[in-house]
Amino acid sequence: MAKTHVTMKVNGAEVEGLVEPRTLLVHFIRENLQMTGTHIGCETTHCGACTVDIDGMSVKSCTMFAVQANGSDITTIEGMANADGTLSALQEGFRMMHGLQCGFCTPGMIMRAHRLLKENPSPSEQEIRMGISGNICRCTGYQNIVKAIQYAAAKINGVEFREAAE
Amino acid sequence: MNDMTPTREQRTAALEGMGCKRKRVEDIRFTQGKGNYVDDVKLPGMLHGDFVRSPHPHARVKKIDDSEALKVPGVLAVITAETLKTVNLAWMPTLAGDVQMVLADGKVLFQNQEVAFVVATDRYAADDGINKVVVEYEPLPPLIDPFKSMDADAPVLREDLAGKTSGAHGPRKHHNHIFEWTVGDKELTDAAFKKAEVTIKEMISYHRTHPSPLETCQCVCSFDKIKGELTIYGTFQAPHVIRTVVSLIAKLPEQKIHVIAPDIGGGFGNKVGAYPGYICAAVASIVTGKPVKWVEDRIENLTATSFARDYHMTTEIAATKDGKVTGLRVHVLADHGAFDACADPSKWPAGFFNIVTGSYDFPTAHLAVDGVYTNKAPGGVAYRCSFRVTEAAYCIERAMDILAQKLNMDPAELRLKNFIKSEQFPYHSALGWEYDSGDYHTAMRKMMETTGYAALRKEQAEKRAAFARGETREIMGLGVSFFTEIVGAGPSKNCDILGIAMFDSCEIRMHPTGAGIARMGTKSQGQGHETTWAQIIATEIGIPADNIQVEEGNTDTAPYGLGTYGSRSTPVAGAAIAMAARKIKAKAQMIAAYKLEVHEDDLEWDIDGFRVKGLPEKFMSMKDICWAAYNSVPPGMEPGLEAVSYYDPPNMTYPFGAYLCVMDIDVDTGVYKVRRFYALDDCGTRINPMIIEGQVHGGLTEAFAIAMGQEIRYDETGNVVTGSFMDFFMPTAVETPHWETDFTVTPSPHHPIGAKGVGESPNVGGVPAFSNAVNDAFSFLGSTHIQMPHDYWRNWKAAKELGAVA
Repeated sequence: MAKTHVTMKVNGAEVEGLVEPRTLLVHFIRENLQMTGTHIGCETTHCGACTVDIDGMSVKSCTMFAVQANGSDITTIEGMANADGTLSALQEGFRMMHGLQCGFCTPGMIMRAHRLLKENPSPSEQEIRMGISGNICRCTGYQNIVKAIQYAAAKINGVEFREAAE
Repeated sequence: MNDMTPTREQRTAALEGMGCKRKRVEDIRFTQGKGNYVDDVKLPGMLHGDFVRSPHPHARVKKIDDSEALKVPGVLAVITAETLKTVNLAWMPTLAGDVQMVLADGKVLFQNQEVAFVVATDRYAADDGINKVVVEYEPLPPLIDPFKSMDADAPVLREDLAGKTSGAHGPRKHHNHIFEWTVGDKELTDAAFKKAEVTIKEMISYHRTHPSPLETCQCVCSFDKIKGELTIYGTFQAPHVIRTVVSLIAKLPEQKIHVIAPDIGGGFGNKVGAYPGYICAAVASIVTGKPVKWVEDRIENLTATSFARDYHMTTEIAATKDGKVTGLRVHVLADHGAFDACADPSKWPAGFFNIVTGSYDFPTAHLAVDGVYTNKAPGGVAYRCSFRVTEAAYCIERAMDILAQKLNMDPAELRLKNFIKSEQFPYHSALGWEYDSGDYHTAMRKMMETTGYAALRKEQAEKRAAFARGETREIMGLGVSFFTEIVGAGPSKNCDILGIAMFDSCEIRMHPTGAGIARMGTKSQGQGHETTWAQIIATEIGIPADNIQVEEGNTDTAPYGLGTYGSRSTPVAGAAIAMAARKIKAKAQMIAAYKLEVHEDDLEWDIDGFRVKGLPEKFMSMKDICWAAYNSVPPGMEPGLEAVSYYDPPNMTYPFGAYLCVMDIDVDTGVYKVRRFYALDDCGTRINPMIIEGQVHGGLTEAFAIAMGQEIRYDETGNVVTGSFMDFFMPTAVETPHWETDFTVTPSPHHPIGAKGVGESPNVGGVPAFSNAVNDAFSFLGSTHIQMPHDYWRNWKAAKELGAVA
């Protein structure tokens, strides 16, 4: 099948590649770019494990062709740590609040939470729950993911994080 | 001592041992996308395999034409049953003593059954190839309803079993019958029912569902022709078992097989068994000489790899009129689908379903289970539960509520009246188990007090009165569940898989600087073993958990173990870890005695080292002992400090818990709201409370899903109608209730650290709590039992059938 040349910015670096028109973005990221942090859980846009950030929006990369991402600016989980290599507020929040278990949904969940906090820097619990409702987690029951995002929001906003009583 | 000397509390805290909410080691890589899951494994020249699957639930395969497929660019091979027959692998043994087609051999027996395996240079080319394989089918009548499976005129599903009047578990009564398993005293139980003052009888179904971890089943097989070695990377909950099974069925020497289970994206029982994808990828690698990857998609996962449950339980309880139970009689019709691929210990065709007497002191009980074939996917596995324990817990907990309703007694009161008393432990159940420990009354009363149970009942009565007056359209249900699990398979006297005793293992190797590596036969799929196993070692030998590297999943380096499922890791491997650590400590004591120039008996253990009794300043830390173990051991002692333990538990462990679900249901829409969910778990000694709570949250969410909508459903023609996350209920953060957790601690008397296992308790106890809440809500309208799953539509339908909706 004829291949198309695509270029895009991924985690700040210019990348390029030859893809078939049908190549899914998630496969381009995982196979061509060898960045395997973005996961595939359902291939039907339900689970959100493949969520990446494209031009300021959360996108499920299993339902977008690589050619559609031509010229765009993409952030994946590999681009989420602080510049000095330490865990970012969200990554730290997930660890401190036990917001992950098997880790398979985590990259997509963090990418979605990252955009959610840009859209709404101080979300309520209900807004967080609604905001991550495109991402499925099979392990945690979400309660600690909500706390992880609250932890990160507090840290980013420079306020003290108070864990809600059970 | 100066001010810089750490206090005992500081020294204990520095270890981050048992009881500490230690943050997880795994999270550093997982939060950065640096986990290494099977689909992340990329080997040079790797090919991709994918299946042609049957659209029919039951059909003869007349012809498979791969000629056009082989012309597709990138397609290298199409493997069929005929190919597999050349290496005697067209069929494979199941863990339950049955055999299963790897690829369709003459006929297909369920929709989406594997028919041919297309091998290509990438996954897209493999897909193109699949579309070009032409299969000619002759459809046969499908058998979907298990209750019709043993009709005289039911179609013959398993032609390979023609004339076989007995199977792996005894006589077969019919061509679609797999086994009958009976336990208990029938005569005594029948007699109890004859003289019973009150009896109840209900057919309680636990529908077919699926574990559906977020990462599907997958593998990469790489056969090295020169060395004759096969390396398999796979999503395996039990890597050593896979190695042995591959060795036995592929006739490869076991030392030439290397099984590696890297990070696993959830298992929940789905990744215990052996699937056709593993065999086909291995054969494809042998045929092509290249590594071959097989990755299921979600639809394949839901429709072809092992389902769970599908138990139809006719349940009877005999009791006195004041509510004392006198007998239990259960008959189960177990739908195993096309092949009995149940993942239970080999001698247990219905798992540990004979825990069905639950937490109650039944003087007598009788259980019979009939396993049958239908044209559905094979299974079933233990979806986040010990083998068939969640079915048993649902059965008895639902039945106790039905009895309470008949007696007009409060369900909590009925349970308190019939609990096994704490002084009765160890308790021998009527169906053959020895419960190790428990304190049920304390747990139940704590639940009732914490939740304000009496006040909730009062509120319910008021709401019912208001409903009767037409002032509200909302009904309220209280779902009480008190479960006893049986986990930690298991004692070798009871449990084996294909003849391998179900022990588990740990090997600890300490390094000179006071650090070490520990390897186990278990395999974490999210349970956080790298974190918690190190905590056990930290407490046992006084080395900080941070200094202990935990490694699992590589069969070349890990000691043989039976893997992680059925909440067996902590009860079995957790014990092996403590025992291996104690061997290290025993040798360390000899070294310390030599270095401190005293007799061993003059030493006492003190948090992180040995101290001479009565001389507190004479102390040698474990860290220093590690160093001494490599350079100044007592004369005649071998240097080094390592130990291995294979632990065969003397008994199972019996975690328990008291749950309450408070639910409101709008009768006009069927929409429910879980107002409150309280879960008290007793898992014995608690190793890491943070991880325990996380496990409880996750298990409750799975229980919520199953009880309230998650189902693998077939229509009458054998089509799976819940084959994607569009139709198969996966709760998101929006639907998922808030969880309240609590605990009591009743240590296991026979476990070295008193731990019992917890990961599956919330699924086992949660499902009856939700279902009892729904049933309790509707009970005053005249219903005794409404089948799961309780989605909005079914709730509305129930309301309508009960006359609450016009």
